[in-house]
Amino acid sequence: MEELILFIIISIAKVVGITFVLTLPIIAYSVYAERRFAAIIQDRVGPNRAGIPLTIFGFKKDINFFGLLQPLADGLKFILKEDFVPSHVNKFFFWLAPALTMVPALVTLSVVPFGSELFGEKLVIADVSVGPLLIFAVASLSVYGITLAGWASNNKYSFFGGVRSCAQMISYEIALGLSVIPVLMHFGDLNLSNIVQQQADSGWLILPLWNESGHMFSAAFWSSPETHERLLLWIPMIISFFIFTISIFAETNRMPFDLPECETELVGGYHTEYSSMKFALFFLGEYAAMIVGSALIVTLFLGGWSIGFGADAWVISTFGDWAGLIHLGAFLTKLVAFILFFILIRWTVPRFRYDQLMKLGWVVFFELALINILIAALVMSFPHLTATEFSATAVGVVVFSGLMFYIAKSLDRMLASDTKKEAQS
Amino acid sequence: MAKVTKLTRPTLSKSDEIYLIGIFKGTLVTLKHAVKSVMGKSRGADSLKSSGLGVTMQYPEEKWDDELPEYYRGAPALVTDEMDRERCVSCQLCEFICPPKAIKIIPGEIAEGDEWAKVEKKPKEFEIDMIRCIYCGLCEEVCPEQAIYLRKDYAITGTSREEMVHDKEKLYEIGGKRVGLVNKWNELK
Repeated sequence: MEELILFIIISIAKVVGITFVLTLPIIAYSVYAERRFAAIIQDRVGPNRAGIPLTIFGFKKDINFFGLLQPLADGLKFILKEDFVPSHVNKFFFWLAPALTMVPALVTLSVVPFGSELFGEKLVIADVSVGPLLIFAVASLSVYGITLAGWASNNKYSFFGGVRSCAQMISYEIALGLSVIPVLMHFGDLNLSNIVQQQADSGWLILPLWNESGHMFSAAFWSSPETHERLLLWIPMIISFFIFTISIFAETNRMPFDLPECETELVGGYHTEYSSMKFALFFLGEYAAMIVGSALIVTLFLGGWSIGFGADAWVISTFGDWAGLIHLGAFLTKLVAFILFFILIRWTVPRFRYDQLMKLGWVVFFELALINILIAALVMSFPHLTATEFSATAVGVVVFSGLMFYIAKSLDRMLASDTKKEAQS
Repeated sequence: MAKVTKLTRPTLSKSDEIYLIGIFKGTLVTLKHAVKSVMGKSRGADSLKSSGLGVTMQYPEEKWDDELPEYYRGAPALVTDEMDRERCVSCQLCEFICPPKAIKIIPGEIAEGDEWAKVEKKPKEFEIDMIRCIYCGLCEEVCPEQAIYLRKDYAITGTSREEMVHDKEKLYEIGGKRVGLVNKWNELK
């Protein structure tokens, strides 16, 4: 009984700490970072004023902290705005939709390992052994939020946004799921904490420059057979990383794929009719999804909380119970770097056309991910097969790749002729 | 003889079709802008008097006032001539030409014994509603006495509608004194 109570208390502490103390401020400040970074890319200044308004209290000057209190002011504004519900909407779904975008994004945070152990407690809310599956399952629910918002708004632009998001998210979920299969095959484990631990011990997935036999500057590292396998595996893993990252962009409706909101075509897309706190929930949900996406990429491919080059064991032995905080710092650094990368891409790449988006998902990534799984399997099976078996398998992979390539080509040609016909009619 | 060449639409090269190289080049461009704007070396930062970040100025603290051109059209204002005579003779032409009907004039008489009694009229009240004014400059254009000018004041603010109506006193305060051009009343010719 006492154990149960302790467990509940610790879990609540983790939930509050990770969601409210860590993630929500990161969400708020990633909005600020987005605006500032966009501004400096475009040779502007961005929000640099919001601070402590000392002049109200009779002082000479305001303190503005480079505008770091802007998210606070934005939040206050959202709360104080009129919460307007148009008369033509379906009230129930109109109210439900914002929650349905925000909640899945936050729920998925529950399995992301934020750090190693702090006083013997893992820095992850739920240390379940179906981590990536849970994230995919719950994250795919967020499509309901957007689709319901578009439909319930009873407005053609919102509806278009909802429909687009539905098609886009379902298409890219396939590429997302397929691209992560080689990764899971390599780790042989679905527990994200274990996955990170493996990467801390034997090299990050896309940076396999150290393992148990040493790091890249030692001779033992280069001569160990494990290294050779990892270096060969590097190719499919880079392809996986690449497909996974781009699919995460599409899943979170970030810029080159932000067709559901698409200001220039659809007014505001699915959130055209929303205002006040309901709009803020969509906004926060989008950024929360972005953070979960970045966290997942960092966890699967970039070693999660591990510092790398065998430094993790040293950190744990030196700092003991406090090592978790250092690992948390490493994780957050990687996370922030990835969020900045998301922002940089947003202000660099223009939006895809809708058919280009679908083509990229179904004709390129789907086939590429399938072939990639086979390549990874081929590399992994190498030590276990005889020469004949291996060459037979290799021929099989080549034939399959050729088939896939042919299918992709003919699909491409079909789509192109369709577009031509539409243009003529 | 001029040489005529037929231009064709450029086709995508193989590297363009892959698209990733293009994205990479694009990120380099945006990153270059970001670095330059943080260092205050964006193109045009000097000539636009940048505040040190990007090319923009921090408005209320820094202003562009010295750089405003001669022909800048700011708030319309009334002027007096070199002998402190009100130039306006309240002919009401500006009132009639004003597209948004921002000007209101009540003409008044100049008293018999006045130095400028031969001018006969001057405005008793002259009001410009700055909420309505569109800074088109037609009043300046139409004025036969060169009495109304668009000055360089642009930050016309107020907390009520009444405050935004410039009366005669305010208009002369903004306008100040102008010399020359109209000498028909003063025998200076």
